[in-house]
Amino acid sequence: MPDPAILASHYILAHGPDFVRYGSKPTREIESSPELLDQLTAALRPWEEVLAYPPNQTFIGNLTPDDLAAIPRPWTEHPVAGASAQGRFGRMIPQAALYGLMKLSDEFDLIAIDAALAAEARSALEGVFPHRLDRIVATPAGELDALIAAGSGMPLYHHGRTAGFLKAVHEQDASLDAHVLFENLACKATAVLAVAGVLAGRGLDPAAVDWLLNTGEEAVGDRYQRGGGSLSKAVGEVVGCINATGYDIKAFCSAPVHGLITAAAMVAAGLHEYVVVLGGGSQAKMGMKFRAHLRNGVPVMEDCLAGMAFIVGPDDGTGMRLRLDLTGRHPIGAGSSAQAIYQALVIDPLDRAGLKMTDIGRYAVEMHNPEITEPGDSGDVPRTNYRTLAAMAVFRGEIARDQMEEFTTRHGMPGFAPTQGHIPAGVPYLGHAQAAMHRGELQNAMIVAKGSLFLGRMTQLVDGVSFVVEPGSKTTS
Amino acid sequence: MDLDDQANVSRLAEEKGTGEMIVILGQPDSNSAGLFAETVTRGDPTWAGPLAGVPLGLPVYHILEPEIKAQMDPALYQEHVGLMELSADVDDIIKWVKFYREGGEV
Repeated sequence: MPDPAILASHYILAHGPDFVRYGSKPTREIESSPELLDQLTAALRPWEEVLAYPPNQTFIGNLTPDDLAAIPRPWTEHPVAGASAQGRFGRMIPQAALYGLMKLSDEFDLIAIDAALAAEARSALEGVFPHRLDRIVATPAGELDALIAAGSGMPLYHHGRTAGFLKAVHEQDASLDAHVLFENLACKATAVLAVAGVLAGRGLDPAAVDWLLNTGEEAVGDRYQRGGGSLSKAVGEVVGCINATGYDIKAFCSAPVHGLITAAAMVAAGLHEYVVVLGGGSQAKMGMKFRAHLRNGVPVMEDCLAGMAFIVGPDDGTGMRLRLDLTGRHPIGAGSSAQAIYQALVIDPLDRAGLKMTDIGRYAVEMHNPEITEPGDSGDVPRTNYRTLAAMAVFRGEIARDQMEEFTTRHGMPGFAPTQGHIPAGVPYLGHAQAAMHRGELQNAMIVAKGSLFLGRMTQLVDGVSFVVEPGSKTTS
Repeated sequence: MDLDDQANVSRLAEEKGTGEMIVILGQPDSNSAGLFAETVTRGDPTWAGPLAGVPLGLPVYHILEPEIKAQMDPALYQEHVGLMELSADVDDIIKWVKFYREGGEV
């Protein structure tokens, strides 16, 4: 049986300033206080600033987490000179391209856009995305005006003007409400770009993919099976994975790590050769903390949709081996204190292998960008997690109390991912880990994800999973 | 503080009266602990929840404060809070919770 490996990772950011107003929080708050829309709009960043924002450049691979750590905060005031939209393992796209991807991913003619947006979208995707560009067509002006006037759906904005419309499918079905379809289509479109990118980056023929595991958080389905549907095949269809099927893995923020472990198990079992794990962006989470950002006089930074994709296949020495014998899980009976969670996710697998915490080169926890979360009430999430890990190392007698800061710096990193639930959950580091292993700078890394199961009100439990990666077999020999 | 928690605090205060209530926080950093403490003393500073404009003035403590620690079983405390006690910036957290509890001037 083959050893499973993560062969390639790809991360995308789609700038969507006019999508922020449709985030769950902004929608509700603007409805009750319409004057907030102008304040929100005035606090949004232009494309050039978003492109040069150091955490974004880190997310797509042009800066390492260590590079980011060396840049003084606030990062909003330290743009990266000569920033490129093309990352070493990712890409950023402007809003017109995002609309274009949604249009070409739209199988039910849900979205209508005007001629100017269609032209801008096609031009923005030229040379960036190879599939279906001929589907980015405009709706005739008269027809679009009639749709908007009829009002059954939601207007789409581009640079503040009404540039399109998303039609409601079924007035009485809340699961197919225009807002829900908008979220699902945005998730699909960003996943599509990430999957196309990971396949192109690796040079893997889309037809060689056997299985697709979507790990995004959107609920696809109609009123009889809200959330029971799947985006996996829908995404694979757009990018030409004609020999693949797949399903979605739902586990809140920890879904990508569950997905990667599942994919590795499929490869190890010889069931499939190439499995793509993917996740698109969460439109509902855009502008989630905009009130806190406005209150603190900082830009509204939740202005991008993220997407990511990973190829899992047999270890050929070019990727990172995923150690299925070193996975961690948070069982139902474990308890939900920080101690209990990290004991289950980090300590138990290490103990099984006779490893110390300090034997792991880098830990990747929830990699939320602290600049987004600190103005609200969430603090610096990665730092809190690394301090907790350091405290556990003290309890275990591996380090002294006065070495906690050093542990945090050496084995941790600053957060650089947008606050889109499953996106920050450890996996944004995989691209960096693979690069660091190829440079010979990293011997292993542990990816740790936690999920807030209680949010759905069906249990008070949390969830969590972890795995360890190490250099592929040929790179170590 | 999320809207559900604010609603719960508001309901309890209404039903039982604030004289019988004390709030114990468990936030891992001073920023969020301060925001929660402010919410249950001066009202929701984000003006989003049921406690917006409702200065309940509740006595608020953090679980890391010595007054609270002294009242708990040491073994249980160590098991559930020991890690946080070691990893969190305890002095800064206490400073901000105390600031709001004692009605400090902004």
